[in-house]
Amino acid sequence: MTNHWVDIKNADLIFVMGGNPAEAHPCGFKWAIEAKKNRKAKLVVVDPRFNRTASVADFYAPVRPGSDIAFLGGVINYLLTNDKIHHEYVKAYTNASFLINEGFSLEDGIFTGYNEEKRSYDKANWSYQMGEDGFVKVDQTLQDPRCAFQLLKTHYSRYTPEMVAKVCGTPKEAFLKVCEYIAETAAPDRTMTSLYALGWTEHSVGSQNIRCMAIIQLLLGNMGMAGGGINALRGHANVQGITDFALYAQNLPGYLAVPSDAEPDLKTFLDKKTPKLLRPGQMNFGQNLSKWYVSLHKAWWGDAATKENGFAYDFMPKLAGASDVLSIFDQMYQGKINGFFCQGFNPLASVANKKKVGDALAKLKYMVVIDPLATDTSEFWKPHGEFNEVNPAEIQTEVFRLPTTLFAETTGSFTNSGRVIQWRWKAVEGPGDAKDDTEILAGLFLRLKEMYAKDGGAYAEPIQKLTWAYRIPGKPSPEELMMEYNGKALADVTDPKDPTKVLVKAGDQLPSFAMLRDDGSTTCGNWIYCGVWSQAGNNSARRDNSDPSGLGQTLNWGFAWPVNRRILYNRASADLAGKPWDAKRTVLKWLGDKWGGNDIPDMRPDAAPEQNVMPFIMTGEGVGRLFSLGLMNEGPFPEHYEPFETPLDANPMHPNNPKALSNPAARVYKGDMEAFGKAKDFPYVATTYRLTEHFHYWTKQSRINAIMQPEQFVEIGEELAKEKGIVAGDKVKIRSNRGFIKGVAVVTKRIKALDVDGKKVHTVGIPIHYGFKGATKPGFITNTLTPFVGDANTQTPEYKAFLVNIEKA
Amino acid sequence: MALQSLDIKQRSATTTPSTQVRETIEIAKLIDVSACIGCKACQVACSEWNDIRDEVGNCHGVYDNPMDLTAKSWTVMRFTEVEQNNKLEWLIRKDGCMHCADPGCLKACPSPGAIIQYSNGIVDFHQENCIGCGYCVTGCPFNVPRISKEDSKAYKCSLCSDRVAVNQAPACVKACPTGAIQFGSKEDMKDYAAKRVADLKERGYDQAGLYDPQGVGGTHVMYVLHHADKPDLYAGLPANPSISPLVALWKGFAKPLATLALAGVALGSLFHYVTKGPNEVSKETEDEIEREDKEEAK
Repeated sequence: MTNHWVDIKNADLIFVMGGNPAEAHPCGFKWAIEAKKNRKAKLVVVDPRFNRTASVADFYAPVRPGSDIAFLGGVINYLLTNDKIHHEYVKAYTNASFLINEGFSLEDGIFTGYNEEKRSYDKANWSYQMGEDGFVKVDQTLQDPRCAFQLLKTHYSRYTPEMVAKVCGTPKEAFLKVCEYIAETAAPDRTMTSLYALGWTEHSVGSQNIRCMAIIQLLLGNMGMAGGGINALRGHANVQGITDFALYAQNLPGYLAVPSDAEPDLKTFLDKKTPKLLRPGQMNFGQNLSKWYVSLHKAWWGDAATKENGFAYDFMPKLAGASDVLSIFDQMYQGKINGFFCQGFNPLASVANKKKVGDALAKLKYMVVIDPLATDTSEFWKPHGEFNEVNPAEIQTEVFRLPTTLFAETTGSFTNSGRVIQWRWKAVEGPGDAKDDTEILAGLFLRLKEMYAKDGGAYAEPIQKLTWAYRIPGKPSPEELMMEYNGKALADVTDPKDPTKVLVKAGDQLPSFAMLRDDGSTTCGNWIYCGVWSQAGNNSARRDNSDPSGLGQTLNWGFAWPVNRRILYNRASADLAGKPWDAKRTVLKWLGDKWGGNDIPDMRPDAAPEQNVMPFIMTGEGVGRLFSLGLMNEGPFPEHYEPFETPLDANPMHPNNPKALSNPAARVYKGDMEAFGKAKDFPYVATTYRLTEHFHYWTKQSRINAIMQPEQFVEIGEELAKEKGIVAGDKVKIRSNRGFIKGVAVVTKRIKALDVDGKKVHTVGIPIHYGFKGATKPGFITNTLTPFVGDANTQTPEYKAFLVNIEKA
Repeated sequence: MALQSLDIKQRSATTTPSTQVRETIEIAKLIDVSACIGCKACQVACSEWNDIRDEVGNCHGVYDNPMDLTAKSWTVMRFTEVEQNNKLEWLIRKDGCMHCADPGCLKACPSPGAIIQYSNGIVDFHQENCIGCGYCVTGCPFNVPRISKEDSKAYKCSLCSDRVAVNQAPACVKACPTGAIQFGSKEDMKDYAAKRVADLKERGYDQAGLYDPQGVGGTHVMYVLHHADKPDLYAGLPANPSISPLVALWKGFAKPLATLALAGVALGSLFHYVTKGPNEVSKETEDEIEREDKEEAK
């Protein structure tokens, strides 16, 4: 979230697309209801299904799964052609005026630089025109045909309401009604909050779905505003936390890049990864990368990380290639992986194409499952009737189950979607032999270290020299770990302007990442968490909910990263002179000598408005990007591509270019392209999702959740049900090209057949949650059906749009 | 002896006067259907607070589960899909005891002290006094009480009288994530409802209103409905609920009887026999009881 949960109550329009918060985030959704009750806010839902969120919405519009970019592209076009944008904001705070390289263009759905064989782009021309002064050339009039604004206009001019209806199946009137709601928030004192979740990410174009909304919110001037922003609703109490701590192998804690073999030493790495200043006078905050990175190495390797050895740069494992979940299971499937530590993860159930995942697990020598529950994955080898047809005699994988404590049985912290880190205390002791995850990992590490010491081994140094200064080495405490993430001064940290002035004494916990140094005098396990445990103590344990702002900012409740800032880009909540766009919802304002208001400024505190330091401090240009340069793998502007399994023969926007049918930059593994089904065999669009009664694949093990929603079901519209002779309560069989599942038919008015490109498209809705282990009725694993292909940037699988057939079981 | 905060207003099959000295506030639970997302947190909270766990059932082709109220499910969400003026609506109503001011169950109950109405408005079943006759089921205009097959006692929502007695909101209210379930004095709840109704009217629900049916003297569980003119849309919520005339008749004869308690005991075995069959009391039995009553009255 750029904003936070409570801030939703400040919105004028709550726009929900790509998520179903009433279903999946009922507790946070209360703030949407608050906005409706107390601000007369409107709630608009766009979704393939009339869902629980839609049940309390002011307006609902249907959309075909996998056509979100066409819809949102249509919104962009509407805003531009009807002049419903926040002009002053767009001109000053976005790269609308920036001139783009002449070599960049889009031809029939493919951007310049495409290499079909490699399914990737050479992005050299997706760049700015640079002036002789070393900065990007701009045209403040926004009239230059090569400025980002004009290119944006041209790009989305094709996304007419008619085209939206054709691609999305959304009736034109419904689409225009949604546009009207959104357009109202172009007024400087009106805001829209965008709430989304996996309904946008779990597509082969997932990241670009979100990019569309970034463009919309920039055009409307809703970024940085109270009640605005782009708000990713994370699926688990602490999924923000694990992402912050390098859930993705291509990131180090705090979203630092992982070095690769292409960067043989620290200097090369830092030179390559440190962003360049693109406009004069901007903060380009990313220029501090060396301080964050070196402090991370100091946290991990302490005295062994010296200036002379590049702060133990060689100790950091170098990324060998893709290490996302699809790539790991593909490598496992190819027999390239021997052992698998599976911690808090049930991949047999949660990764796409269960058959491929099961076959991959069968090729392991061993698997260690570290989990509080006996997961389906831990029994992938065991026959469970038709739900899991395997032959244990053919599987040699040795499986170890190490029981862990659950969240309520440990002390630690959760980081919620709003980036608020909140300490929590153990409620009960874990059962039986269950141990905390940290204890299990510490035990493994200490034994490995001992084995290296005794028997030697290849490159033992990074392990031997890893900092392990915990009071009980086998049981690092959550408090010690949090202090380590925060970091401390190893030597006195002095003011760069006045070296005689000591800012932090040697040995003290650091108050903020502004104190981090790249000379080895500071440690920090995760730079964005710096400040969470300062000399003042554990700030994440603060529970003062006083809110003088009335906006729900509660700056003394927990600790939000970064530096306790609650709304990111909050400088953009005020105009160029530093006056809030909406004084009633002041987030930040210029006080004459510094920035103040109701949040921690996302700005140098003494940067006077006339210095023109722009609000998007993490970019080298200081502004938000309508044109995203080479940062996205499939293009600087989102373009509609069909899901890899599409009910259509061609991309309606590029009917004559088969290359532009589906995401041209998405990675497809050998064998997986063949496993995609075709519309003639699998005529219905399927989408998978969660139910409020369950949490992922956990709560099927809990009786009370099982009582509330006991059995796998499948939702279909009345028309399709009639065609197929299916009535509510019938058992049905759903097949994709990868397998089948069975479930009980829920026949509903809430899913309608859509008219897409002249073709009637039915959607089949399939909840996940069920499996062969648990208190719920034993069932199939929904991901038996889903395709093994992901987004071109994140590799998140396309769980939300694929093809199936359905029949009475 | 009841807690002071649970002063008793009336008891089933009892004619001795109830306490009248203290003044307590009339409370109510308000269910704002327009803010309910059907998450079933109330169902879970109810099960947990009251230590009841229903069977793990099956999916019956709808979102509802458990499918109906049972002796172990005192509240259930009922989902209804309706199309009104070309607009689809998914109406989700939390069903359970309405805690009528004029409770048909209590009137029908022949067992002394099995059903209690507190002066705060809560209608509570005291299962230790229940003879399992099922009269409360017949007496209820909302079809709420359920007889347990395990112990032949009647069960339903107690409005968490134990929590309310110590100044806590009912478990469902506490668990509701969106504030769709509110709790307080009946007066305050009516004020709150008026605000919600005004908001709904502004959003185009011209017939929005409060459901507090006067046929049962008003209720201590009330609804804010988008379509107060058509409560039937909400999984058959009765438009004009009233106590069955049969119960009124039975009650009418019974009322002057100081000996009703004795009669109850005398009839006990008969009632017990009845409940071994279907939970509904048959018309024949009903008539028979009435005949006996009449005779006794002479």
